[in-house]
Amino acid sequence: MVDAQETSVAPILSAHRVSKSFGEIPVLFSIDFDVRPGEVHAIIGENGAGKSTLIKILSGIEQPTSGSIAFDGQTVELPPDGKAEAMGIVLIHQELNLAEHLTVADSIFLGRELKRFGFLDTGEMRRRARAVMETLHVSVDPDARINTLSVADKQMVEIAKAISRDARVLIMDEPTAVLSVSETQTLFEQIKRLTARGVAVVFISHKLDEIMELANRVTVLRDGQLIATVGTQALTPDSIAQMMVGRELSNLYPPKHEPNVDAPVVLRVRNLDAATVKNISFDLRKGEILGFAGLIGSGRTAVAEAVVGLAQKSAGEVTLNGEPVNFTRVAQSVDAGVAYMTKDRKGKGLLLNMGLRPNLTLLTLKNHLRAGFLDTSSEDRALERAVRRFDIRARDASVAVGRLSGGNQQKLMLGKTMESDPDIIIMDEPTRGIDVGTKQQIYHIIAALAAEGKAVIVISSELQEVIGLSHRVVVMRTGRIAGVLEGAEITEEEIMRYAAGIKQSGHDERISA
Amino acid sequence: MSVSAPDIAAKPARGFRPDLKTIGPLVALALLILLGITLNENFLSYNNITNVLARSSFIGIIAIGATFVITSGGLDLSVGSMAAVIAGVMIMVMNWLIPSFGIGWSVILAGMAAGILIGGAAGIGNGLMITRGRIEAFIVTLGTMGIFRSLVTFLADGGTLSLNFQVADVYRPVYYDGLLGIPYPILVFALVAIGGEIVMRRTSFGRHCAAIGSNEQVARYSSINVDNVRLITYILQGILVGVAVLLYVPRLGSASSTTGVLWELEAIAAVIIGGTTLKGGYGRVWGTVVGVVILGLIGNILNLQSFISPYLNGAFQGVIIILAVLLQRGGRRD
Repeated sequence: MVDAQETSVAPILSAHRVSKSFGEIPVLFSIDFDVRPGEVHAIIGENGAGKSTLIKILSGIEQPTSGSIAFDGQTVELPPDGKAEAMGIVLIHQELNLAEHLTVADSIFLGRELKRFGFLDTGEMRRRARAVMETLHVSVDPDARINTLSVADKQMVEIAKAISRDARVLIMDEPTAVLSVSETQTLFEQIKRLTARGVAVVFISHKLDEIMELANRVTVLRDGQLIATVGTQALTPDSIAQMMVGRELSNLYPPKHEPNVDAPVVLRVRNLDAATVKNISFDLRKGEILGFAGLIGSGRTAVAEAVVGLAQKSAGEVTLNGEPVNFTRVAQSVDAGVAYMTKDRKGKGLLLNMGLRPNLTLLTLKNHLRAGFLDTSSEDRALERAVRRFDIRARDASVAVGRLSGGNQQKLMLGKTMESDPDIIIMDEPTRGIDVGTKQQIYHIIAALAAEGKAVIVISSELQEVIGLSHRVVVMRTGRIAGVLEGAEITEEEIMRYAAGIKQSGHDERISA
Repeated sequence: MSVSAPDIAAKPARGFRPDLKTIGPLVALALLILLGITLNENFLSYNNITNVLARSSFIGIIAIGATFVITSGGLDLSVGSMAAVIAGVMIMVMNWLIPSFGIGWSVILAGMAAGILIGGAAGIGNGLMITRGRIEAFIVTLGTMGIFRSLVTFLADGGTLSLNFQVADVYRPVYYDGLLGIPYPILVFALVAIGGEIVMRRTSFGRHCAAIGSNEQVARYSSINVDNVRLITYILQGILVGVAVLLYVPRLGSASSTTGVLWELEAIAAVIIGGTTLKGGYGRVWGTVVGVVILGLIGNILNLQSFISPYLNGAFQGVIIILAVLLQRGGRRD
C-alpha cells in the first residue's frame, strides 16, 4: 500500500461532522470520516453502531441531517438513489443489487447501455464485459444469467460493474460475510489491484483478521459515535475489539445459570435431512440454552424451519418429550409448544402496516375468541401484558409497527412468539440490528426463560452473543453440524475453527452430551 | 433499562391529523348528496333514493365479496361474466323444472339454489387454480372471465335467455317489492354488508385476510393456512355473486351475453373508493358500501340534471376512482 498513509495525499471523499436521525431517533452523531485514493479504509462496529447509515450517506442514498460531504475537495450534495455512481462513488450492497434475469454483460452495462444507431450494441458490450472480467482474472461468461452464478461470482460482477464505471471510491458493505475463505482471498486480491490503481475503498467487516490484513486505516463506531480512526499497524485485534465494545462484556450477558445435566431431553433431532441441510442430530434439554453458530448460509435457519414444519423434511426424526412428531405446518408445532421466531422480522415476522395489537395476537388469535368472534378487549389485555413484560415502547398501540425502532419491533415479535406459551423457543438472530441496551434486555429475557424451565435455541451470527448466552453450542458448516462445544470449549476461536472447516468433530459422539 | 411499561402512552401524539383515508369516502358521499340536492329537488325523494340503492345493490353485494378477495391480496376479474352465467343457468334451470314443479315458488327456490351453487363452484374453481395451481389471480380470473362470458353467449345461442313469463311474474316481487317500504335488494345488501363488516372486523378469518394481504410470508410464519383462507375468499365471492344474481333475475327476467358487462370493474372501483388497498393488507366493508353508493349517485345525478351529458357517467366514475387512490396515498405518509 504505497503512499496511502501519507497525509499529504488529499482525501477523495470525506464527511465532516455528519449526523443523521431517523424521525426522532438519532443514529449518527457528528462523524468525521475520509478516504484517500489508493487506500482501504475499514469501518468496524457492532450491529446498530451506524456503519450502514454512514456508508449510505457516503454514497448519497441517505442525506445527512447535518454536516457536509466533500468529494475531491469540493463540498457536494450527493444525488440520492445511487446516482452518485456517475461521479465515481459506487456502493456494493451486502445483498447484491443485481437483476437476477439479466446476463452478466447486461448487468455490467445496466443504465448506460452501449448503443449503435440507437440500438443496443450487444456485441461490443459483451466484448467489453469479457475484457473487464479478464482484468479481474475471473472466468465468468458474459452471457451467463445472474441467477445461475454463485454469490462470489455475483460479487465479482458487481466489482466489474464498478470498474467499468471508472469507480474512484468503492464502498463495500460486509462483502465477505457470504464468502468462503478462498473466495475471500480472491476478493482481497481484486481489492489490492484496485487500490494499486488509485481507487479508494471503504469496507465494512466484522472480521478483525480481515481488517488487519487488508485495511490501511480503521474507523471504529459505537452507538452512532466516532470512537477512533487509526492506522492499522498501530492496532491489535484486541484493541479494536475493546474500542468496538467499550465496556465490560460481562455486564452485557446475564450470569449463566447452570443447567441441570439430568434435566429431561425435550427435543431430540436425529439424522434430519432437508433441502439444504444433511444429517442433523442434536438434543435440547429442559432449561437449556443451546446456541447455533456458523457462517451465514451454513443452514442454521433451515434446520429450525424443518423442525417446526415451515420447510419440508426429507428424512430423519424429531421427538418431542419422547414422542415422535412430524410437523408439516407451523400451527402444529405451535400447538405442541414449539415456537420459532424468525430472523427476518420485517419480511416474515411482523405486519409492518398494522398496529401492535393485531401483530401480537396473529399467531394465537384463537385464544382471543368469544363465541367465535374476536374479543378485542382480551387482545388489548394481552398487549398490555406484553408491553409490560417486554418493555415495548411505542407512541400508542395503533402506530404501524413499521415505524417502531428495530429494538421495539424485535421485542414485539418476541412478545408475539411468547403469546403461544411455548416450552421450546427457537430464536433466530434475536438481536439483529438493534441497539445495545435492547440487546441486553433480550439477553436477560432469554436467560430468564431458560431459568423458568423453558428450552431455548439461539441461532446467532454474533459469536459473542452465542458465547455469552449458551450452555452448549452447535456449530454448523455447509449444511452439516461441524461440532458441538460445551463449557470451557466455547470460545470464539474454537467456534470459528469449526465454522470455517479447520476442525471437524469426527463423529456425533458428543451430541447428546 | 430504567424505563417502565406505562411509557407506551407517555409520549403525546404529535397533533391531530384528520385521517383522509378514513373519512375521505364519507366526505365525497356528503358532497355528492349536497350536489344532488342543489341540482334537483326530487333527489332526496323516496322513489329516487330507493331506485338508486336497489340498482346499486347487485354491484354492492358483489363488491363486498371483492373486499375480502382484495384485502387478502387477490383479485377476481370474473365476477361480471360469472353473474351472467349464473343468471343464464338459473333461467334455464327454472324453465326446465316448470314441467315437473309447475309454476310457483318451488321452481324459483330451486333456481336460487342452483344460482348459489354455481357461484360457489365457480369460486372454488378460481380459488383452487390460484392457491393450489399457483397461478396469478389476475391471469386465472382473466381466463375464467373469458370462459364464463363465452359460455353464456353459447347457452343463449348468441341471443337472450328469457324466463317463462308466468314464473317471472311470481318472481318479480323479489326485486320490486319490499318490507316496510324498503325493497328486498336493499335489505339483502344491508344484511350482507353488516355481516361482511362483522366478519372482516370481528373474526379470525377477517384478520387473516388482512394479514395475508399485508405480507403472505408473515402470515405463513404465524401459522395461518394461507391457501385455505385465500380459497375461502374466492368461494365467498362466488356465493355472493350468486346472491346478487338471485335479486337481478326478477328485474328483467332474462340473461344475455351483455348481462353483467363491466360489473367486475365497478365492483373493484367501489372497493378501492371505499378505502381498501388494492394490493391488500387493509380492507373495510363499510367503505365498500359507501363506494358503491358513490358510484350509483354519480350516475343518478347525471341523469337528474341537464348541463352535462349522462353519457359521461363513466368518465366521472373514472375521475372519482383516481381521486380516491390519490387521497389514500396522501392519507398515509410512507
